[in-house]
Amino acid sequence: MTQYAILIYENESAYMNPAPEVWQTAMQAHTRFAGQVGEKGGKILGGEALQPTPTATSVRADVVTDGPFAETKEALGGFYLIEARDLDHALEIAKLCPAPYGGVEVRPILDTSGG
Amino acid sequence: MPSADAGARPGADASAAVADAHRREWAFVLAATARVTRDIDLAEECVQDAYVAALDAWSRQGVPRNPGAWLTTAARRRALDALRRDRTLRAKLPLLIEPDPPLAGPAPRPGGGTSADGRAEDDVIPDDRLRLVFTCCHPALAREAQVALTLRLVCGLTTAEIAQAFLVSEPAMAARVTRAKKKISAARISYRVPGAAELPDRLDAVLTVVHLLYTTGHTAPGGENLVRADLVDRAIALARMIQALMPDEREASGLLALLLLTDARRATRADAAGRLLLLEDQDRSRWDRDAIGEGATLVAGALRGGRPGRFALQAAIAALHAEAPSYQQTDWPQLLQLYGELLRAWPSPVVALNRAVVRAMVDGPAAALAEIADLEPDQRLAGYRYLPAAKADLLRRLGRRGQAAQAYRAALELTENTAEREFLARRIAEVSAPQGPAEPA
Repeated sequence: MTQYAILIYENESAYMNPAPEVWQTAMQAHTRFAGQVGEKGGKILGGEALQPTPTATSVRADVVTDGPFAETKEALGGFYLIEARDLDHALEIAKLCPAPYGGVEVRPILDTSGG
Repeated sequence: MPSADAGARPGADASAAVADAHRREWAFVLAATARVTRDIDLAEECVQDAYVAALDAWSRQGVPRNPGAWLTTAARRRALDALRRDRTLRAKLPLLIEPDPPLAGPAPRPGGGTSADGRAEDDVIPDDRLRLVFTCCHPALAREAQVALTLRLVCGLTTAEIAQAFLVSEPAMAARVTRAKKKISAARISYRVPGAAELPDRLDAVLTVVHLLYTTGHTAPGGENLVRADLVDRAIALARMIQALMPDEREASGLLALLLLTDARRATRADAAGRLLLLEDQDRSRWDRDAIGEGATLVAGALRGGRPGRFALQAAIAALHAEAPSYQQTDWPQLLQLYGELLRAWPSPVVALNRAVVRAMVDGPAAALAEIADLEPDQRLAGYRYLPAAKADLLRRLGRRGQAAQAYRAALELTENTAEREFLARRIAEVSAPQGPAEPA
């Protein structure tokens, strides 16, 4: 099994002042996703939703600046850390990950244990 | 001293045999070796070493009966040695493949000889070429990386050769190949043929890469020659290999048919001076009848059994052209119908443009111009040289010479192939000449 991050990039304005239904729909979708990953033979190792980019602070060469690292229309809004057999398996899982206002990016985890 | 007997020949024979085996067997040998190494770079190294060893061994001992099996055994033996030497290092590398459940064994087995654990071998080397092709054309790789990897790993071309074919610098192409290989291993793109559910999409990606290779060779994007024979031949060989390995896949048959039927006209697409000749001006008696016959048989199969795919339909269109006795006697209404079906199977603006050109033969140039006018705002056709070229031709046939010249000039600005540029320049001269028959250049 290999570990992958599923990074969820969405247009954040959709969640800025969401109607209760929007929020509720999103929560239900993610709960459903968590169940589906197991059914597909994968495993969720972790994951979080992030506060929107106006709350972000960047540090580059010790210089602290307001805002996210890169300004893009679709911002990183959350992530999952999963375990899958190979890229095809990870992509099969990623296709189920809710991201109605954008999409997701799948990145293999770099093993830094060295030695 | 050359002598009448074959004493001096084995060396020459051996190098010809190695060159031939490089062309014919590279994909088979590399694919079988990658199964052992589970690492593409190591597999490539071992296969290259095996070819070098073959040159020496074959000139001393003669060319073996089955060069592919000889090379595979040699390459796999090198791979096993390397793996044994580097066991600790390799344990940390991401592996290319999970062993398949039915094939999972204690050790990968080379064809012939004994394996690492001393057991006797079966001589069967599995044909892994499809795994290799599907890995190179995985949708997680960019199209240009798919093309480069296919040429490098499946066809065995050098990075320099690939760079030259696509008019990019060698370091740029080397970087592209390295990036793609790194992604295969780091992201664990699996070394396998996709299952039935994914197969249609994945096969389409493979066939698209082969088709792109063909079209790049068919009308070279730039440079002196209209056709780049090396790329065209590679593409046809790939299409043939895929069709042979997946004979039940109708689109694989469709692609091979399309390439054969199109390539049958290769010798007549330019005149002796290298000037472009249009379909209506080509000498049909010089078309390759064997290729047309083979293509037509394949098309018939590809069209049977359900709704045909885009390659089968394109092949059917090419077959109608190839079998028509003359341009005038071509079955244009049938072509128009096939283009309609193709547009449903593959809603591409390029198909719509081609259909408009056929429309002109059925309903006249004015009807076709109206269709092209509808296509002009499509951003996907912005910069597509055949749109202004087709429009110019219709305007010329309607006698609207000023507008025709303008459209030909627009096409010329978008064209870099020398033969095509000269053709357009001739047309501009014709429609810009004073009324009456054009002056010979």
